[in-house]
Amino acid sequence: MSNTVSVFSGFQLNDIWFMAEAAGRTMLISAVSIVVGTMVGIVCGWGMNAGNFIVRSTLGPVLDLFRSVPLLIQLVLFYNFFPIIGWALDPFASGIFVLSLYTAALVTQVARAGIDSVGLPMRRASRSLGMSYWQDMRYVVWPIGLRAVFPAWVGVALSVMKDSALVSVLGYVELLRASQILITRTQEPFLILAVAGAFYFALSYPLSKYSQKLEERWAS
Amino acid sequence: MIEIKGLHKYFGALHVLKGIDLNVEKGEVLSVIGSSGSGKSTLLYCINALEEIQKGAVIVDGVDVHAKSTDMNKLRQNLGMVFQQWNSFPHLTALENVALAPQIVKKHSKTDALAIAEKQLRHVGLGEKLNVYPSALSGGQQQRLAIARALAMEPEYMLFDEATSALDPELVGEVLETMRMLAEEGMTMICVTHEMGFARDVSDRVAYFHQGVMEEIGPPEQIFGDPKSEHTKKFLANVR
Ligand SMILES: Nc1ncnc2c1ncn2[C@@H]1O[C@H](COP(=O)(O)OP(=O)(O)O)[C@@H](O)[C@H]1O
Ligand SMILES: [Mg+2]
Repeated sequence: MSNTVSVFSGFQLNDIWFMAEAAGRTMLISAVSIVVGTMVGIVCGWGMNAGNFIVRSTLGPVLDLFRSVPLLIQLVLFYNFFPIIGWALDPFASGIFVLSLYTAALVTQVARAGIDSVGLPMRRASRSLGMSYWQDMRYVVWPIGLRAVFPAWVGVALSVMKDSALVSVLGYVELLRASQILITRTQEPFLILAVAGAFYFALSYPLSKYSQKLEERWAS
Repeated sequence: MIEIKGLHKYFGALHVLKGIDLNVEKGEVLSVIGSSGSGKSTLLYCINALEEIQKGAVIVDGVDVHAKSTDMNKLRQNLGMVFQQWNSFPHLTALENVALAPQIVKKHSKTDALAIAEKQLRHVGLGEKLNVYPSALSGGQQQRLAIARALAMEPEYMLFDEATSALDPELVGEVLETMRMLAEEGMTMICVTHEMGFARDVSDRVAYFHQGVMEEIGPPEQIFGDPKSEHTKKFLANVR
């Protein structure tokens, strides 16, 4: 069946596959961005907590920029900017690059709050036992800080997953873009958006469920 | 022996310790008293290098604490410290709280570290609370946990910074009892305290600090019975 014939044809079983594949791409682009962004964000959050004046006064404004300029604008700007510096990135790579930076900017705030949540008295206590700076970080600050800000991090991760829909403006066929294509063809926006919503839910539910479990375990 | 020689400490422009000279012998219990802001806590922090100093020296068993070449992490193992806030690690059980540093700092095996921890917790009377999280312990129990945690590093010196000041009055006694027990066992201790009874009964010497100066030091009978400095007299009249 060719596309010309299928214009305005109804929703078919095949379309579910098409959407499932797109959901897979949403998951891929989100997962990579969340992982990379989280790692970069933790390092930056540490820099904002422990860095000297120069580190903090350069990092701060840059991260503010990424947090305050709408993601959509960042995506379009970067996508058009890369070729200028001779870096022809495809929509997928551009999307991951921008989304990771955006995630990093958000995670920086979270990570910094986590480190700050472990006050000076606690850190002096661990240092007074002979722990090195990094032992204190690894065995005291990390576990205490993580528990304090884990819910906030989950919030960031879930919102990045949803915001990844914006990468569709670069032509990357993720879940939202796939839905738009199908809506144009089938003219059944309600059905298709409901299916898309169900996919988004299916992607976020395991993460929020898992985080709930973790938090319950920590609370005991 | 802890030797403090001509110690000066500034926070920016604020001159917090103004030339402290003080020796604490092995086995001695020294109580440090004085009004709030007189630099007592800062003195302790300078002894285990939690704070830098600007002039003078602190020497512990012949080692210059603030020399660049000194391994502070090694030195601090020998100088246990207990703070006003007990600072229990909330994510670890009592046993794990105490076992952590022996395991990661002293590199004991997990089994050995746990055995040391259990021994120290029994020592301070927390043998029934080994597997309890700090949130289920009272302030007094958490402070004894903090003492056990410091003791687990087998320090030769213990520094107490108002260990009972944050406690509800009915919990002060159990912590003072534990400190008294350590003193009787021969531990060398410097205790910043507002508990005049403890200072009088337990310490070998009492030092009175006033605005960054050690105004007076002597046996408790002399400090409490026949204070020389006007400031000491005033202070003691107010706390009684
Ligand atoms: N980290 C710090 N930065 C600036 N000033 C400080 C700091 N710590 C203590 N001070 C000041 O140093 C003085 C002595 O403080 P401290 O040693 O805590 O006194 P005490 O323990 O006798 O109450 C106080 O005036 C206090 O405000
Ligand atoms: Mg103090």
